Amino acid sequence: MNERDLVIVGGGPAGMAAAISAYENGIRDILVLERDQFLGGILNQCIHTGFGLEYFDEVLTGPEYADRFEKKIRGISGIEIRLRSFVVDLTENKVITYLMPGKIETVKARALIMATGCREKTREMVHIAGTRPAGIFSAGLAQKLINIEGLLPGKEIVIVGSGDIGLIMARRFILEGAKVKAVIEVQNESRGLLRNMIQCIEDFEVPIYFRHKVSKIIGRDRVEKVEIAELDGGPGGKIISKKVIECDTVLMSVGLIPENELIEMAGVRLDKNTNSPISDETNKTSIPGLFVCGNAFKVYDIVDTVSKDSVEAGRMAAKHLGIKDEG
Amino acid sequence: MKIHDVVIIGGGIIGTSIAREMSRYRIKIALMEKEEELAFGVSKSNSGIIHPGTQNDPSSLKGKLCVRGNAMVREISKELGIDLKEVGELIIAFSEEEKTRLLALKKDADILGVPGTSIVDNVWLKKNEPNLNEAAVAALYAPTAGIISPYRYVYDLAENAACNGVEINVDTEVLDIVRNSKKRDKYRFEIVTSKGTFRANYIINAAGLFADEIASMVGIEDIKISPRKGEEFILDKKKEHLTEHLLFPLPSKKSKGILVTRTSDGNPMIGPTAVDIDDKYDISTSDEGFEEVIRSAQRLMPSINEGDIISYFAGLRPACGDDFIIRYEDDLPGFINVAGIQSPGLTAAPAVAEMVLNILKTKGFRPMRKLFFHKHRKRTIHLFDVTFKETKRLIEKDSEYGDIVCRCEMVSAKEIRDAIKRGASTMDGIKFRTRAQAGRCHGSFCTCRLLEILKEETKKSATDITKRGPGSEIVKGVKGE
Repeated sequence: MNERDLVIVGGGPAGMAAAISAYENGIRDILVLERDQFLGGILNQCIHTGFGLEYFDEVLTGPEYADRFEKKIRGISGIEIRLRSFVVDLTENKVITYLMPGKIETVKARALIMATGCREKTREMVHIAGTRPAGIFSAGLAQKLINIEGLLPGKEIVIVGSGDIGLIMARRFILEGAKVKAVIEVQNESRGLLRNMIQCIEDFEVPIYFRHKVSKIIGRDRVEKVEIAELDGGPGGKIISKKVIECDTVLMSVGLIPENELIEMAGVRLDKNTNSPISDETNKTSIPGLFVCGNAFKVYDIVDTVSKDSVEAGRMAAKHLGIKDEG
Repeated sequence: MKIHDVVIIGGGIIGTSIAREMSRYRIKIALMEKEEELAFGVSKSNSGIIHPGTQNDPSSLKGKLCVRGNAMVREISKELGIDLKEVGELIIAFSEEEKTRLLALKKDADILGVPGTSIVDNVWLKKNEPNLNEAAVAALYAPTAGIISPYRYVYDLAENAACNGVEINVDTEVLDIVRNSKKRDKYRFEIVTSKGTFRANYIINAAGLFADEIASMVGIEDIKISPRKGEEFILDKKKEHLTEHLLFPLPSKKSKGILVTRTSDGNPMIGPTAVDIDDKYDISTSDEGFEEVIRSAQRLMPSINEGDIISYFAGLRPACGDDFIIRYEDDLPGFINVAGIQSPGLTAAPAVAEMVLNILKTKGFRPMRKLFFHKHRKRTIHLFDVTFKETKRLIEKDSEYGDIVCRCEMVSAKEIRDAIKRGASTMDGIKFRTRAQAGRCHGSFCTCRLLEILKEETKKSATDITKRGPGSEIVKGVKGE
């Protein structure tokens, strides 16, 4: 079987930072598997600014931030990058099976870093009653439809939850001429960054309802309206009042979950609530030599921290392989 | 204008079963479905259970056709290349009084000829169904219960029927039916549809929720369909082995109760509720339904956790009285009503088709059998149910099997294209056929790719692509326009 010193699954910000760091820490045989046709992961669709303040001390857009890493990684001959490579199986012994157009391959990793990112929570996970028409999107999908595909998902938007992607999408929709009718947040305050609350919500005078939940989605073929309920004291509280808002689109921005189904398949223990690996040290898992970094380890607020912690994962992989720190 | 021997109204499990059964004969058949795709009505939200026939009155059509259909579907599933998982069912008793009712159920089952039933005790239950509530005292075990994918069953039946010459018309709503009184014409009915007028000698009304409206077009007013809503909740596949069997409480008058079952793809499923409603389009779920289902399911299996729920939906049973109505209208020669086919309709479907044909034969319909009937259909390939060795062979044959579109359910671009070539024209049609979008992320990751492939294959623009037909367009416009 083909064996590699280090395999990294995921070519987003976490995977790229880990790969570069692993190389800088002395690993010379590195394979990066990325399922998309580009490196950069979700950053490619994040065309707003605000990235890099901590890591580069500059304000960059998502694609610019990714590009810094991509330029660097492409210049390192010890890092092999395989795009459109989709991992379908992972064993406890770090044997990875992946599909590519035209082939299926198996590789054994002496060290493995999983940088598989996270996914968005869905409407189903927060149990919103009502119908299931067209017009319900995760905020990230709406972002991709607008920024990458050039399509407008809807014209009258209600955003459920005040996560950062939801707040950023509020502004994005307004800039595209759509109307954002409300942001509905069950908590007492926003879950997003303060700068996003100011720049995306307050500056555009978007109505935001705290201590409210969407109690029902209404509409046969397409979303027609939502029913919202005011909760006494916030989550779990009694319903004080109800109100209906007409809209054609519901965006879900109710949180992110690490994508760890592969390591779970390999037997890594996950926290039932967070879907993060159970671990007493950042990036480590219950399987020696199997590291998890970036949003797959835990959901970070900003990409700069993802990069920083992933650099650490690269160093840990080198240490696991017994490579002495060159520095 | 072409004259059809038979027009079947309704493209659900009943209509397509009848279509396939009749396609054995040398007759011209057309099937009409008003929705954008087949199985988009009642069938799409069926729970997929192949019932053994244990909860029916022995004198009812439901009971007889269920037992007969259960026997027939085994052969049909092999011919169509569709999975039928025979898992068996348990009807659980929690007290001595309930145990007495099990004996009565068993007696009915014996009269109906349900094979292999037995009463099992709590020792057997502890061993064979370890997650079951320990308070269970006994159960009626019926080994012939199974699971099938309801929509893939419909699609495969329709595909096989089409291969045998049946004309399938989707997006074709029947607007009116006119009796032809001219003796010299060789047809009895004119069927006015949204896609033009059809002429036929026989009409089979298998219109599900709308069977009463179709019957009313020819003056039959004694059929009244009352939608009965059922909410179902699907659990994460990680809980696949929560139950080994399908678990039922004792049935009530209205329904079989809240069950713990499994979909054909391995997700545990709990539900359904049974609530009579008025609106034939109301498939909303409710907080009350959620509470009821969770509470009842936990009574059977205390470890069920609401956090395991990844999806939910509601469907409508086309109820009409207590039993199926399968009736040749003697006052209206050539017209046959197949109405009120609620549970166990999916199981009974092949037997319903057989019965319809037999009734027609007693009414002067004498079709000739075809010399050659294509009874086999090539099995649809799903990467999620083949070995890696088989995956390798497939990818070597067609590289697009290695191009994964849906990451949660492992569906390749090749499977998506095949589904479209076989008739999927909407996002839901793709989901029902391939499982793309049916996993944990609910399409967040694969929607853009699916739109792209649908655009390529159907030559539609992105703004014309729908979730399930006109009015359910996925996007509202192109940026900047």
